Amino acid sequence: MASDGGVSCLRRPEMINVGGIGGMESPPLDVDEVHVLAVDDSLVDRIFIERLLRITSCKVTAVDSGWRALEFLGIDNEKASAELDESSSFRQVPVVIMSSENVITRIDRCLEEGAEDFLLKPVKLADVKRLRNYLSRDVKLSNGNKRKLPEDSVSVNTSPPLTLSPDSSDSSPPPLLLSSDSSDASSPPLSPVESLSSPLSFPLDDEDDDVSTESSPTPEESPVRRQKMRSPSLD
Amino acid sequence: MDSHVAQLQMQYRNYILSLYQQGFLDDQFTELKSLQDDGSPDFVAEVLSLFFDDCVKLVGNMARALDQTGTVDFSQVGANVHQLKGSSSSVGAKRVKGLCINFKELCEAKNYEGCVRCLQQVDIEYKTLKAKLQDMFNVSVIIVHMNPVSVWDDFNKIILGKE
Repeated sequence: MASDGGVSCLRRPEMINVGGIGGMESPPLDVDEVHVLAVDDSLVDRIFIERLLRITSCKVTAVDSGWRALEFLGIDNEKASAELDESSSFRQVPVVIMSSENVITRIDRCLEEGAEDFLLKPVKLADVKRLRNYLSRDVKLSNGNKRKLPEDSVSVNTSPPLTLSPDSSDSSPPPLLLSSDSSDASSPPLSPVESLSSPLSFPLDDEDDDVSTESSPTPEESPVRRQKMRSPSLD
Repeated sequence: MDSHVAQLQMQYRNYILSLYQQGFLDDQFTELKSLQDDGSPDFVAEVLSLFFDDCVKLVGNMARALDQTGTVDFSQVGANVHQLKGSSSSVGAKRVKGLCINFKELCEAKNYEGCVRCLQQVDIEYKTLKAKLQDMFNVSVIIVHMNPVSVWDDFNKIILGKE
């Protein structure tokens, strides 16, 4: 399948039973610590984002593909669309996209499809710190229908039990999913949750309009900041 | 002895500056360096090592993809270029990244000759950068050996403007 990248932040990893990869025991997190699942097909980028996240006091799990991300989250690929229903705790997982492609229409589409934020690669420490601050605040999704999910209702879950408990406390920040783009060139982008719920590959456009050899845009020009200014509910 | 150290330190400083001035490195390399600390003293070296491993692998993939006697799968070449563009961008390898941008366009245009030429340039460029960075590390090791003050202090002073 096409490779991609992302970061998912899971609030209570000690409750996760990842049957697919033999289970994973984690020590309980401090109340302020967040667990981030980073997905990127590039090893260099995985190491890099891992370092950025560790510096900002996140617990990090880095995987190299969407399949492994689903595996880590304990989502059975076959039943993915059925498991992720309206009440799924995965709806709580904020998604942040990382991409090297500075294409406003794509960025807007990601945000419209439910991504919480968008980081332009190469990612800087300041970007991750900003996200971290964002996560620490009392953030709730402003629109419960913002994410598209399959219409099917949940069926009986016969895969190993996923005991990730949704956080019932209002003061706990939702987890975070940060997804990097893929190297596949074929299809239009899927929404982050669509891609999570779908057993299909994770194709994203491979167009590269970044003809400039300059490094990443100044903060004022950042599409994320521009988007945040337009949408105060994201703050 | 001090004057030798001072001289080496000056050469080291100039060397780093020249890598930036000549466009081998951009400010993402500075960012990379800033992530290193006493707790992770080998971070930059580790990332660069992975990057150069990546270069070997991806250039190999591209060479094989372009070497097909039948129809060349340009999307396959392009996928590898995209990967290399990403990792070179993340470590601040400015020239390699720039070449990858051109390379992508050549793949999209299915320009076989252009792709072959560009791949050769990429090959030369990453190897050149590797040699230069290796020189930089070697000199830094010598300086550290001669003078316990961390060479990264010099780096910080020059590049990050810290005193």
